[in-house]
Amino acid sequence: MSKSPKQTIMRSTLSQVRGSGSAKSGTAHWWAERATSVALVPLTLWFILAIYRMAGLGAADIAHWVSHPVNATLLLALILVTFHHMALGLQVVIEDYIHNDRTRLGVVLLMKGVTALLAIAAIIAVLKLAVIG
Amino acid sequence: MAEFSLPKNSKIQKGAIHRATNAKRARTFSIYRWNSDDGKNPQMDNFEIDLEACGPMVLDALVKIKNEIDPSLTFRRSCREGICGSCAMNIDGTNTLACLKPIEDVKGDIRINPLPHMPVIKDLVPDLSQAYAQYRSVEPWLQSDTPPPPDGERRQSKEERAKMDGMWECILCFCCTTSCPSYWWNGDRYLGPATLLAAYRWIADSRDERTGERLDALQDPFKLYRCHTIMNCTQTCPKGLNPAKAIGEIKTMILERQS
Repeated sequence: MSKSPKQTIMRSTLSQVRGSGSAKSGTAHWWAERATSVALVPLTLWFILAIYRMAGLGAADIAHWVSHPVNATLLLALILVTFHHMALGLQVVIEDYIHNDRTRLGVVLLMKGVTALLAIAAIIAVLKLAVIG
Repeated sequence: MAEFSLPKNSKIQKGAIHRATNAKRARTFSIYRWNSDDGKNPQMDNFEIDLEACGPMVLDALVKIKNEIDPSLTFRRSCREGICGSCAMNIDGTNTLACLKPIEDVKGDIRINPLPHMPVIKDLVPDLSQAYAQYRSVEPWLQSDTPPPPDGERRQSKEERAKMDGMWECILCFCCTTSCPSYWWNGDRYLGPATLLAAYRWIADSRDERTGERLDALQDPFKLYRCHTIMNCTQTCPKGLNPAKAIGEIKTMILERQS
């Protein structure tokens, strides 16, 4: 779809706006953005409150707190939802501003890879604290 | 990439100044001028006119300027009562219809530009070919397999008819579409609020039998989901309609049909 200014376009305007037709997708992405943002409200509040209450505690105390199954579960949920939400949002920003189709595909893929690595690192940190301490 | 500044040949320069003589109530209209013939950059011409000798609306002032000061000033107009949508332009920073915009509502100089982010044909006349083609692409006409009753028109209950209120009133002036940043960045693929409102007008029409196909055609990351609920469309609509709500209804219907 991206057109270079040097190209002569004689294709009809209707054909141009119809383009390659409908991708029949986008709904899951749009809905997941909303669902994750709603889920992040209680999770983030819980996390901030927990951090606030643990202010001044030592490493051993914090590891003990993380090892509690409820805390570990909620922490992992927070990490998964945060990074999922981040990937969804960044994808929209990239799609908004990068108009070359090939570049956009590449940048979205790169962004998703980096986000996945960050999420895995955060998950391993929680598991390490919870299991090894 | 998106472009964040105007190209060199589009940078707006200062233009001519026309002063009014013996004016009782003078107001200055600062108007965007550009034509393809003289090779010059666009410029803002200032026209001072006497409001004592002018109708109340911005369109009255434009007609007065064209009649009495500069006949080369170019703009679209027809009905002068907000039903044809021709005189859509950006007045005082907001897209609206010149015929419905009272001069008194604007403080200071009245700045008039063409609808934003569309190619300019001349002065205040934008090229709306793409927006019209997008409107055409949603097939804005009744599509039905059931033939109409032989003795009359297709019938609708009052409740069914009421679902189209707030949509049939659209006059396709494209004030909303050209106010939408998402349309500015991705207008080649995003259909824009005016076209989506029109699409929903047919989705909500109880007499139409192509609801599913219409939703199929819209379910696309760019055609529909470029709407980021910025709401400029609803804020600027000179007819007081709510395209953002119509877009929301389309999204909800697509979500509901798959769960």
